[in-house]
Amino acid sequence: MVLSIAELHRSKVGRRSFWWLLFLLPLLPLAYIAEAAYSLDLGADPAQTIVTFFGIWTLRFLFLTLAVTPCRRLFGWGWLQRYRRMFGLYTLFYACLHLLSFATFILGWRADLIARELSERPYIIVGFIAWLGLVALGITSTRGWVRRLGRHWQQLHYLVYPIALLAMLHFAWLIRAGFGEVLGYALVLLVLLGHRVVYWLKRRSRVQHA
Amino acid sequence: EKLRAASKGEVIEGEDLTPYRHVTGHNNFYEFGLAKEDPKAKAQGLKTDPWKVEVSGECSKPGSYNLEDLLKPHELEERIYRLRCVEAWSMVIPWVGVPLNKLISRLEPTGNAKFVEFTTLHDPSQMPGQKSFFSTLNWPYSEGLRMDEAMHPLTLMAVGVYGDALPPQNGAPFRLVVPWKYGFKSIKSIVSIRFTEQMPRATWNETAPSEYGFYANVNPQVDHPRWSQATERRLPSSLFNPNQIDTRMFNGYADQVAHLYQGMDLRKWY
Repeated sequence: MVLSIAELHRSKVGRRSFWWLLFLLPLLPLAYIAEAAYSLDLGADPAQTIVTFFGIWTLRFLFLTLAVTPCRRLFGWGWLQRYRRMFGLYTLFYACLHLLSFATFILGWRADLIARELSERPYIIVGFIAWLGLVALGITSTRGWVRRLGRHWQQLHYLVYPIALLAMLHFAWLIRAGFGEVLGYALVLLVLLGHRVVYWLKRRSRVQHA
Repeated sequence: EKLRAASKGEVIEGEDLTPYRHVTGHNNFYEFGLAKEDPKAKAQGLKTDPWKVEVSGECSKPGSYNLEDLLKPHELEERIYRLRCVEAWSMVIPWVGVPLNKLISRLEPTGNAKFVEFTTLHDPSQMPGQKSFFSTLNWPYSEGLRMDEAMHPLTLMAVGVYGDALPPQNGAPFRLVVPWKYGFKSIKSIVSIRFTEQMPRATWNETAPSEYGFYANVNPQVDHPRWSQATERRLPSSLFNPNQIDTRMFNGYADQVAHLYQGMDLRKWY
């Protein structure tokens, strides 16, 4: 018997189990890197390896979050909507690990180094601003804040688009000799944002013709 | 393959050697890929014997030399040097090689020779990175030194590390080591040495002139536009001891080399 995910969501047990599945899966990257660190399998520069790893996974979860709406519209996956907040919070979670591991493993919490990085390095500044944005979205992601902010909530959460662009810039600014990987991520982001632009344009023309 | 070095390298007091597995497992050698572990994984098939080195330009002994013939008259020496990458990490490495000035003297450069240009092997069939469509570097990789830098007694042509022949990922069979300059100056797997009157092209300088100068002397006061050069992480670092140390002028070799740059504005000639 083949059970679709949509059907699975009709029962309470189905919803529960799927929620747990999607809650636990995003912890796998953390488990993987923790295991590698524990078995001293991170090479000569474990700090850099870990910071890069968390950075890449932040971007992946951000893209996953941004993919919810297009997937719902294109494939009719209405059930996906209920996990968007969780994906968003995992984006923030990995962004915090990225920043914490940078401050701890690379800068050793040395005040002089932190001050210099945050005042002089454009790619660090851009990444930090993107992180601040994610924090604001994370804090206001609760039911209480949605209610309190009313229609401003949506306006605030449109911030995810500039945040995504800043995160992409932060990544692209690190290019030294090859832009293949960054280009791959940029194309995915282009599709995710491009879908919204196309959708918005179509809707506008429909409204005008009505 | 064990190498017989005539002299042991002088230990740098208070600075431990970076273990062999990290020296040979954490490399920037973009001909074999961009990740630090790529060269070790992808360079093992590099054919380093026989190896020819083309000598040309302003000298009386140009020609195509077998590497053994170029090295034969000289004794190998061990040299323990700091290696400071422009990415702000560093290692301490025991190289085995021949001082470049001894090689150069035999090739008899003419009075017109103001610079030496070095070129890395260009062979996409062996070097997958050279096939990459996304690379911003122009192959073959090339680097250069001013004649007085090339003749400086610290400048080494390495053929080994830790008493063994160089593994391919470290630039086998024949590479430059200039310890007071950022690592990218120390060009690997050299197939050509050319004496020139004009400043030769240098790959990174050509790719991003605002970030990488021709001289590329280690200088904590002149930052790379995207990151600070004031400190470096000495590898291997461990997670709860990042091993951040202050970067020293000319990578700690100022006493020996500062005079080469007297009167030069090092902010301009970075």
